[in-house]
Amino acid sequence: MKPVVSARDHLAAVKQQIREETAHDAAQRLAAKPGPALIDVRERDEFEQGFIPGAIHIPRGNLETRIERNVLDHDAPVIIYCATGTRSAYAAKTLAELGYTDVVSLAGGFSGWKENGYEWKVPRTLDAQQFERYSRHVLIPEVGEEGQLRLLDSRVLLIGAGGLGSPAALYLAAAGVGTIGIIDADVVDVSNLQRQIVHTVDRVGMPKVDSAEIAIHGINPDVTVVKHDVRLTSENVLDVITGYDVIVDGTDNFPTRYLLNDASLVAGIPVVHGSIYQFEGSVTVYKPYEGPCYRCQYPEPPPPELAPSCAEGGVLGVLPGVVGTLQTTEAVKLLLGIGEPLVGRQLRYDALSMEFVELKMHRAADCPVCSKDPDEIEFIDYEQFCALPGRAVARTPQEAIAS
Amino acid sequence: MSTVRMPPILRQAVGGAREVDASGGTVREILDDLTGRFPAIRSHLLDDGGDLNRFVNVYVNNEDVRLGRGLDTTVGPDSTIIVLPAMAGGGSPA
Repeated sequence: MKPVVSARDHLAAVKQQIREETAHDAAQRLAAKPGPALIDVRERDEFEQGFIPGAIHIPRGNLETRIERNVLDHDAPVIIYCATGTRSAYAAKTLAELGYTDVVSLAGGFSGWKENGYEWKVPRTLDAQQFERYSRHVLIPEVGEEGQLRLLDSRVLLIGAGGLGSPAALYLAAAGVGTIGIIDADVVDVSNLQRQIVHTVDRVGMPKVDSAEIAIHGINPDVTVVKHDVRLTSENVLDVITGYDVIVDGTDNFPTRYLLNDASLVAGIPVVHGSIYQFEGSVTVYKPYEGPCYRCQYPEPPPPELAPSCAEGGVLGVLPGVVGTLQTTEAVKLLLGIGEPLVGRQLRYDALSMEFVELKMHRAADCPVCSKDPDEIEFIDYEQFCALPGRAVARTPQEAIAS
Repeated sequence: MSTVRMPPILRQAVGGAREVDASGGTVREILDDLTGRFPAIRSHLLDDGGDLNRFVNVYVNNEDVRLGRGLDTTVGPDSTIIVLPAMAGGGSPA
């Protein structure tokens, strides 16, 4: 029979094998930049009552599986704490067994830290319902609880609640984006239902912004929907877009695309662009002054007879589902600040051949808009610009250089 | 021979094909070959002075030719050329 060891003796033995540090010494080391990694191994309900600023919360039970996501370098200095210094002693021993070489346990734990008057704060956390709803996000290290809180604070504007705006509205709502603005002056038509999945038969005839709001709240009642039941004009564009973090562009006409491009440069808001025709679509991200803008790519619109809309040329119903969902992916990445958004890259999708092609794009040195500072950009008559290419902005590259 | 990938809007004018073979050592020669055989696409691609329309982008091996040598960009026998006019469609008249 194995000898019985009391918990107290066991703890004492563990403490012989690890290093402990006082709150004073830990605070001094944590003040340095970059300081040691600080790991809070208490349970969630304890963490919610208060924590040491900068701490990463990994409950003791998840320590072995999650530590490497947060502390990759096994020789990096690590400070672990719990409530009183018991669980953190065991945790320090575990990390040593995992090969971490510079781990200390905070003597006295969080209680000792507080009693000695060091700084602590109450974390902003998801409530229990939110934690359950967004649990699949929280589990992804790149999103986590912090990322989800950021999504809840985010504001996204959808230009159009049509083919591209439909999947965007539904997935942004599901993702918990706090505010979804929708600009659309149209009403639901029966011919929309072939692809505009945010609308339904019983809402034919209803303003699209109202129909989309019903769908969004059906998925997530916590989302605030801001309805802009107007057409975007040079006069109202800045009022409408200011305050949003990301714009998802799903319009069907060139005047709005150019107006939105110019206005987003003035307001400094990234635009996730999508366009579709028949079986093919395109997605890119216009991030003001960091990559090319729409006018770098297309300095002038085509004459109307050379650019039929989907109403004229048709579109496969599922195509905006793919393209709008790609746009939404980019929007969520921009909000979270993760990954590599399609800045300076255009992704082309051909549904018939089921092929994706990535084209490189660059800022044009002679771009009539983004070569200027935001406060120098003036809005033009976009209807006229698109009806008569080249007339409203009569500046060739040579003229631009000359002036 | 190089392969030119045609945008949907120009396919009818080239007999419905998604890709058309064309010969030439530069983008200009390729487009001359194409517009010679399919005159209906000329106004889509080139302006009156023979330059590329500003609403059309041409990519050789996924690079925009405007950022290189424009219509004088050389084209190899295995090059893929993509012609892309601006597309408005999005599904909602905002």
